[in-house]
Amino acid sequence: MHEMGVAMQIIEIATASIPKNMALARVERVNLKVGKLSAIVSDSLRFCFEIAAKDSPLEGAELKIDEIPVVAHCNDCGFQWTIEAPVFTCQKCTSGSIELLSGRELDIDSIEIAEDEN
Amino acid sequence: MILSLLPGFKTFKALHHDHSHSRPHVHEEHPAGGTETRKSGTREIKVVRRVLDANDIMARQNRKLFEEKNVFVLNMMSSPGSGKTTVLEKTLTHVMPDIRSAVIVGDICTTNDADRLAVSGAPVVQINTDEFGGDCHLAAHVIEKALDGIDLDAVDLLIIENIGNLVCPAEFDIGEDTRVVVLSVTEGEDKPAKYPLMFRECEAALLNKIDLLPYLDYDRQAALGFIHQVHPGMPIFEISAKTEEGFEHWLDWLKSKVSGKVGLHR
Repeated sequence: MHEMGVAMQIIEIATASIPKNMALARVERVNLKVGKLSAIVSDSLRFCFEIAAKDSPLEGAELKIDEIPVVAHCNDCGFQWTIEAPVFTCQKCTSGSIELLSGRELDIDSIEIAEDEN
Repeated sequence: MILSLLPGFKTFKALHHDHSHSRPHVHEEHPAGGTETRKSGTREIKVVRRVLDANDIMARQNRKLFEEKNVFVLNMMSSPGSGKTTVLEKTLTHVMPDIRSAVIVGDICTTNDADRLAVSGAPVVQINTDEFGGDCHLAAHVIEKALDGIDLDAVDLLIIENIGNLVCPAEFDIGEDTRVVVLSVTEGEDKPAKYPLMFRECEAALLNKIDLLPYLDYDRQAALGFIHQVHPGMPIFEISAKTEEGFEHWLDWLKSKVSGKVGLHR
């Protein structure tokens, strides 16, 4: 996928999240949540992030990626399960009326800033 | 009329990277119990924002404009070579002039598709993403810029022919009312299982090139099965854009969607 564009967006959002009174701070880590149904390749993203972060407050920061499983809920029988294979019918009652509770994330959860930069 | 548009949005130097269509099964290490431990000597600041936030905001803006202008927007996606452009050529000849239509076509390069679609008489805007690093999908801000070339007051149906790619376009809301995916019988029956996000994000599927079935060992039941395994109940229109076999069902569906939003002109 277009991991470079995603990396640049991460840098923009993370930079904007640095508190004003810590403007010279060095970001040590960015914590991402990436759902398994999202078409992101983690290694490519890290590679692009490293390049795009140069000369930004995120230079050298670690990109920590939490891969979120695809959890489904059946609207008919209430069963909840983790989808591993590309089958989107209820494992218990085979209903096609299901809701995905997770797995579509592409979120920045938090950033970690070095305290000694204050 | 074709306008070759040059959206002036911020670009990045194109980095040639592999468009791998397979997802490596990588599992990130978590501390046991799932609780995250931050690095020592650091302060954690919660952000909790979607990375594609900026795109979502623009998509909402597009959607609002389409509401105001009473335009139904169809986002058509597929892999390269499934026949999207031919499907659209034929669709336009049938829905116009009753449904006033316009098209935005996305390709990495060339205006070939726009040239073909312009024959219908519909206003066509071609977006070439190669000037901007070769984006593999159309994003909301690119559509917003392309709208400069279309008089929405004179349009009932806006069709966006997305870039041929079964992976990325599904991630990007561009403000459309509905999405359809075009699959052809010359592609593997199990395509939907390989691209579940695309097939779940789209409302309907067009299974194209059925005129070729006598020459193929295509397992139609398996193909329909895979689609419904990934997206139970998904409407599937089996068509040939070449012979127009099956077209009436696709057209009926499209016309009812359009009139549901904008009403049909006599």
